[in-house]
Amino acid sequence: MRDLTDRALDTASGLGATYADARIVRRLEESIAIKSGRVEGVASGETEGFGVRVLVDGAWGFASSHRLDLDEADRVAGLAVRIARASATALRDRVALDGRPPAVGTFATPVEEDPFEIPLERKIGDLLAADRAAGAVEGVTFTESSYGAQREWKTFAATDGSFTEQLITHIGAAVEANAIDGDEHQHRSYPDAGGGWGAGGYELIRRLDLLGNAERHAEEAVALLSAPQCPAGRTTVVLDPSQLYNQVHESCGHPTELDRVFGTEASYAGTSFLTTDRLQEGFRYGSDLITIVADATAPGGMGTFGWDDEGVAAQSVDLVRDGIFVGYQTSRETAPRIGRASGGGMRADGWNRIPLIRMTNINLLPVDGLSLDDIVADTDDGLYLATNRSWSIDDRRLNFQFATEVAYEIKGGKRGRLFKNPTYTGITYEFWRSCDAVGNAGSYVMLGTPNCGKGEPSQSAHVGHGVSGARFRDVQVGVGKW
Amino acid sequence: MVSRSPDRIDPGARAAAGLALADDIVARALAAGATEVEALVTSEDAYLTRFANSEIHQNVAEANIGVNLRFCLGRRIAVAATGRTDDDGLRALVERAAATARSVAELKDWGGLPGPRDAAGRGISGSASASAVGYAAATAEASPEFRADGARAVIAAADAAGVLAYGSFSTTREGMAVANSAGIRVAHERTTSQLLTVQMSPDGGTGYAEAAATDATTIDAEAIGREAAAKAQASANPVSLPAGDYPVVLEEYAVLDIADMLGYLGFSALAVQEGRSFAEPGKRIGSELITIVDDGADPAGLPMTYDFEGVAKQRVVLVERGVCRDVVYDAQTASRDGRASTGHGLPAPNPYGPFPLNTLIEAGATPRDELIGGLERGLLVTRFHYTNPVHPKLAIVTGMTRDGTFLVEGGRIVGPVRNLRYTQSYLEAIAGVTAVGQERRSLRGFLGSAVVPALRIDGWTFTGATEH
Repeated sequence: MRDLTDRALDTASGLGATYADARIVRRLEESIAIKSGRVEGVASGETEGFGVRVLVDGAWGFASSHRLDLDEADRVAGLAVRIARASATALRDRVALDGRPPAVGTFATPVEEDPFEIPLERKIGDLLAADRAAGAVEGVTFTESSYGAQREWKTFAATDGSFTEQLITHIGAAVEANAIDGDEHQHRSYPDAGGGWGAGGYELIRRLDLLGNAERHAEEAVALLSAPQCPAGRTTVVLDPSQLYNQVHESCGHPTELDRVFGTEASYAGTSFLTTDRLQEGFRYGSDLITIVADATAPGGMGTFGWDDEGVAAQSVDLVRDGIFVGYQTSRETAPRIGRASGGGMRADGWNRIPLIRMTNINLLPVDGLSLDDIVADTDDGLYLATNRSWSIDDRRLNFQFATEVAYEIKGGKRGRLFKNPTYTGITYEFWRSCDAVGNAGSYVMLGTPNCGKGEPSQSAHVGHGVSGARFRDVQVGVGKW
Repeated sequence: MVSRSPDRIDPGARAAAGLALADDIVARALAAGATEVEALVTSEDAYLTRFANSEIHQNVAEANIGVNLRFCLGRRIAVAATGRTDDDGLRALVERAAATARSVAELKDWGGLPGPRDAAGRGISGSASASAVGYAAATAEASPEFRADGARAVIAAADAAGVLAYGSFSTTREGMAVANSAGIRVAHERTTSQLLTVQMSPDGGTGYAEAAATDATTIDAEAIGREAAAKAQASANPVSLPAGDYPVVLEEYAVLDIADMLGYLGFSALAVQEGRSFAEPGKRIGSELITIVDDGADPAGLPMTYDFEGVAKQRVVLVERGVCRDVVYDAQTASRDGRASTGHGLPAPNPYGPFPLNTLIEAGATPRDELIGGLERGLLVTRFHYTNPVHPKLAIVTGMTRDGTFLVEGGRIVGPVRNLRYTQSYLEAIAGVTAVGQERRSLRGFLGSAVVPALRIDGWTFTGATEH
């Protein structure tokens, strides 16, 4: 590998690049899809290639290829330089990178049971058993179950002498029951509609206990068909971790990406209401209970690594502390513009994409005191909302609306009857300021999403979210006409 | 004249090379014991120049190839994919697929791979040649300097209007070759290009414009820049408007989401077979003014000759004058319904089913001015943002307006309003269409490409507002 990265960096430097980095990525994937007890798809995939990023005349260029040979390294490096020179024809401010020591070393995700060594029959069998348990519940129309694993070998080298090698392993699985009656279609998924992903090996799948949870969720899907519609109005909501992590993702994760703040995602995903003047003024993002970090060192998180794709070491960065907005997710290019060093947030979706500021593990830290069950017991009247069903938020990340798969009525501190089609909406900072309870460390879980989209060409990232459940007051629920 | 990259590209040779590789993989898999086999080879040379704050900040190139092998042992089906096309890579691919096929249970209703003819003997595949439709050498060979020229033209329009430009200009060559043991052998080369821009004024105005084309040189970058700049100026200093029901005129960029979302939620045979679709032949779901088709051969869009199973794309009428007519099929869903694939299969394995990737909504007879002129009091919406289904079977979708939302009174634009959230059934929306624009735009959506007109709709349920 080193001969190829050396060649690409030497060629780029020789053609005038003042900085260059090269990444070689090999990715192995495996997936299983089951529908109503039928193994519909078993697939494996392998991709490898390299990308070269260069700075020439203060402008960026990037080129990539699937061909791993020295001649191609020359061609790709040369193309990246040519592209950078074209970029320089429409440049107003030269790119300047922050300083950092050269990155050298190795990192590997801790794995107890290598998912790529577990026999395929066993993986199919485990998933099939859960799928059949869900499908055996009377009233279930169809079931869908999925399993996926991904392993990435990544070599990074830069003209400053950096050279790192990393091995990242992610895995996930889920079972989902669907119940349909006329125009009503309800579903319940476990652990999550996105697939219950994390960093680690097959031990994570065993701990999910898909089989032990399938029947209960299937019964709820059927029960939802005859459940009353979620009432409209303003009320107290308690968010289960399976929904709260999405709330963190959309309303704190994305708006604290500094590239969005500077407008470089404006033409696609949008910008952010958390502008730099709000960092200086100490903007109140949430109640005193809210502390949110971007922590690339968190165990089990899909945003955990040794170094980001600019060679910046993994670290934890405060975004919101005690309710006050205090920091951004940053890169070597953006951080100096606010007088800080990179927080190590740059990641690329494979060899053929440039790194962007991507969430690592955006975690809402637990608060000593109440467990999630205690929070429910402490709530007289409200709704307990679980498992994300849909999400939407405006282009500055202010007005959001979420739907969850299920709402449980809370009366007198107890979870009661189901409501179907629950939705809730609000303005980000008003919502987080209304939080008056966050679950303690005993309720804290690391969840995440394997499909966070950003960038043009589009990139999909695996990101983690540690959450423990929380309560919010005076929230608008039951949006729209039903 | 377009500035070209040094390497000239021969699409016929590219297609032949793709097909030769597919043939080789089929032969290897049959030798390894496959009873049926399908090899899909995709390749692309993709370039994208991105600009923000009126300067180029990203500029990328990618050369990629992928092989997808569907390996059947009777009714045991496995899929393996790789980006390695050397001998070792292909040998490993076939070994992996064969091992997987031996491990999986039989698919009892496996309908077999599609052949070049349907049950009635009609050809559904076509010939093994590069397509004359959907390919432009100027796009395949477009240079970084050509895209920078486009970006600078957009930026110049923004500069002239005193606003900032953000956006991207992409040019892509895509190749696809499919060979299978049932006799399908097809290859297709296509090109696509897209220029889009968001522009922002110092006073909080934003505007959007976009064009997608097979031939990048037909995109008028300066005009795109001017359109977005004018919208950014016009939408400055927006005022708040209470949520509620308003008649709307949706510009083409907003209508794109309706076309995409209806295709995603309902116009797939798998969605119908699983009972989660609203579509039902003969059922009225839209106004008499609405006709929706999927047509991969229509040069108005971004043509695509074959699907990923090598079946030629058929023109499918999805909605005719408001009435559901048909949905799209791949080989597996077609087999279940005892009919031929319509050429809408995706790469295997595909638990999501077939989708319409080339949607067209028929143009109407109403000029843009009259669309707006017919609104007594309502809203003109440029585009939607971050839309997501809230209730898929009823096609209830939530999302935000973005980049130019205007209050219209007495048939005239009164001024800009802050962006609004909606929670609206798209089925009720197309049932409420009262006028269809006479012009259409070719755009790229999340499902593929679409050609759509602007629409005037009787009522739209806005359920919230934001601060900008």
